[in-house]
Amino acid sequence: MSDFVSGFWGIYISVIVIGGIAGLFILLLTQSKTTFKSGEEVTTVGHVWDGDLEEFNNPLPRWWMMLFYLTLFFGVGYLILYPGLGQWAGLRGWTSVGQYTEERAQAEAKYQPLYDKYLKQDLKVVAADPNAQEMGRRLFQTYCVQCHGSDARGAKGFPNLVKHDWQYGGDPATIQTTIEGGRRGQMPAFGAAFGEEKVKDVANYVLSLSGKKHDADRALRGQETFKTVCAACHGPDGHGNTAIGAPNLTHPSGNWLYGGTEKTIIETVTNGRTNQMPAWKDFLGDGKVHLLAAYVWSLSNNTHAAQ
Amino acid sequence: METQSTYNYKVVRQFAVMTVVWGIVGMLVGVIIAAQLVWPELNFGPWFHFGRLRPLHTNAVIFAFGGCGLFATSYYVVQRTCNVRLISDRLAAFTFWAWQLVVVSVAITYPLGYTFGKEYAEMEWPIKILITIIWLVYAYVFFGTLAIRKVKHIYVANWFYAAFILAVALLHVVNSAFIPVTFLKSYSVYPGAIDAMVQWWYGHNAVGFFLTAAFLGMMYYFVPKQAGRPIYSYRLSVVHFWALIFTYMWAGPHHLHYTALPDWTQSLGMVFSLILLAPSWGGMINGIMTLSGAWHKLRTDPILKFLVVSLSFYGMSTFEGPMMSIKTVNALSHYTDWGIGHVHSGALGWVGFITIGSIYYLIPRLWGREQMFSMKLVEVHFWIATVGVVLYISAMWISGVTQGLMWRAVNPDGTLTYAFVEAVKATYPYHTVRALGGLLYLSGMLLMAYNVFRTIRAGQAVDAKIPSVGVQHHA
Repeated sequence: MSDFVSGFWGIYISVIVIGGIAGLFILLLTQSKTTFKSGEEVTTVGHVWDGDLEEFNNPLPRWWMMLFYLTLFFGVGYLILYPGLGQWAGLRGWTSVGQYTEERAQAEAKYQPLYDKYLKQDLKVVAADPNAQEMGRRLFQTYCVQCHGSDARGAKGFPNLVKHDWQYGGDPATIQTTIEGGRRGQMPAFGAAFGEEKVKDVANYVLSLSGKKHDADRALRGQETFKTVCAACHGPDGHGNTAIGAPNLTHPSGNWLYGGTEKTIIETVTNGRTNQMPAWKDFLGDGKVHLLAAYVWSLSNNTHAAQ
Repeated sequence: METQSTYNYKVVRQFAVMTVVWGIVGMLVGVIIAAQLVWPELNFGPWFHFGRLRPLHTNAVIFAFGGCGLFATSYYVVQRTCNVRLISDRLAAFTFWAWQLVVVSVAITYPLGYTFGKEYAEMEWPIKILITIIWLVYAYVFFGTLAIRKVKHIYVANWFYAAFILAVALLHVVNSAFIPVTFLKSYSVYPGAIDAMVQWWYGHNAVGFFLTAAFLGMMYYFVPKQAGRPIYSYRLSVVHFWALIFTYMWAGPHHLHYTALPDWTQSLGMVFSLILLAPSWGGMINGIMTLSGAWHKLRTDPILKFLVVSLSFYGMSTFEGPMMSIKTVNALSHYTDWGIGHVHSGALGWVGFITIGSIYYLIPRLWGREQMFSMKLVEVHFWIATVGVVLYISAMWISGVTQGLMWRAVNPDGTLTYAFVEAVKATYPYHTVRALGGLLYLSGMLLMAYNVFRTIRAGQAVDAKIPSVGVQHHA
């Protein structure tokens, strides 16, 4: 694909570049007197500024001129071999996209079999293989830590993968599905529908579900709203629904994605939440996803691997 | 008339003092953000956060410290080498007060989070417009003064100042082209990769013309003056001047190697960056060789030490720059601390030292003193600053190469050997050393401020008489 809308620009660039380099050559050549005749001594140019500022007229240092010529010759050579002069592709036919594609193909040919050999194995078997676990850990440290943290304990809005509490389900196959296709989480906003008071009531009921400190009167009132509205996704007893990614609200250790204080719960109910986990299948390929799924599963199921 | 027979030193004095003041402010912010990288707890709230203070640091040292130094010296040099007072005292005074307004506006808006989003050009559009006006007035004062000069030839320092003023006007206007949305929000007119190219054409030539050509102008006056020797080679100054200003304009794309920028553009950026080596070194040779016959003065004169060491750092960083622009080297050095080290060997070593030396030369002359209050303190300043720079840049070199190597290290299975955070951890000690180096450099500036204060207090503002041209023009 050409970088130019018309052939004119390629010529325009080439003319300026060649003219510029030629101009530098000529500038150097015209000033290239490097030695004095015998008996000749350096003199000043003859002008004086500000009382005592004068200039000798020493010739250009020879080594400096050689350095200058060297870089100019290198430049000319480079522009013959590589793209630079407008549409001239260069004798070597090099492109950055070409270099990337080639290096990538080499890497895949070399590394792909290392990953693919685990594809036929069951995820739990892979998770028990120390070598596969090490590869999975490295992949996790490269691709997953930006959101889930280098200890996999997540952050606000990014799930903790070490605790056994899964929004979409924690069996190996589901984890693999999550990594492959990503997830798009959506909690609707109820602020307008409920009004401030009702939101607060619901929040207190939600607090009570996991045995947290709450206002009993409010919780009682909130229960009604919860059963009629929230239960549709989170279930009548608040255990959530992994099929649609509705979190379990009764977890005693309080594994909250956005925070479990009254204030954050009110914020969540009022404004809703939108979240996204990207899909990795196309980017990483099946082999790497397989290793990652086994590693992530092991984090909450395999004590030695979780360390 | 009195004012017709003296030079306008008032504006030079104002800019000279503010050079020291903004130097301290800018470098203090630098030390703070260096400390924030070591102790992240020092990021307080959004206003005092690294992300907002870092552009404040770069702008304060480049435009406030460097800018005031360039205004001060260019006004001084153009008058004294043209044997004529500035063409307009009022317009010169305008450039001083308006420039201070720009600096203060930047110092207020950046921490508040207003940004145009372009590096070294983060100020929002009302400030950009003010800068444009100041620059046009500056150009009028400088070129107007050149035009009414009483000597026939234009001294080499003025060529460099002139190139700097013209190029910065061009760079600022083209790169700043904006679409205003509100009073303090605007967007660049350029799309995508073109915007990136325009930005780095600007960014690298801000280095080339603001931080190199202009300070070479400073060098061409203060080095021969302080050494008491003629410039080594007029011929060399002609060749390297034209080669430098032509070649610099092409070097920007080396900031965008292996990006969405077209391959041909990247190649040209690399080729011309390499060609830039010899023209850059021309200035170093001319400066250092000017000392031949006066080397002994280096032992006793701390101001000359500042000037000469600045040229060594200049030579070093203008060698390093072309090397880093080579794609294979760049693949290792890009995005690492090596870049920060490179910039600071230029900024602290070259720009800082040449400015400090020149200001030490100027202050006694502007306030009617024989020399600075304490030459001993100048000497101490020199050594503290030198140790500071060396600590800073060697820490960043080690840190940068470490990062580059750790980021690219690959296991036998093709995965990365190190998680990102491991490289962060590895560079931690070097970041501490860097903060220490910066702190030393800042301490030197505080000594300088004290020394300048005592010199000014002991002296009295004087405006030198303009000598008649015939007396000195003996050629």
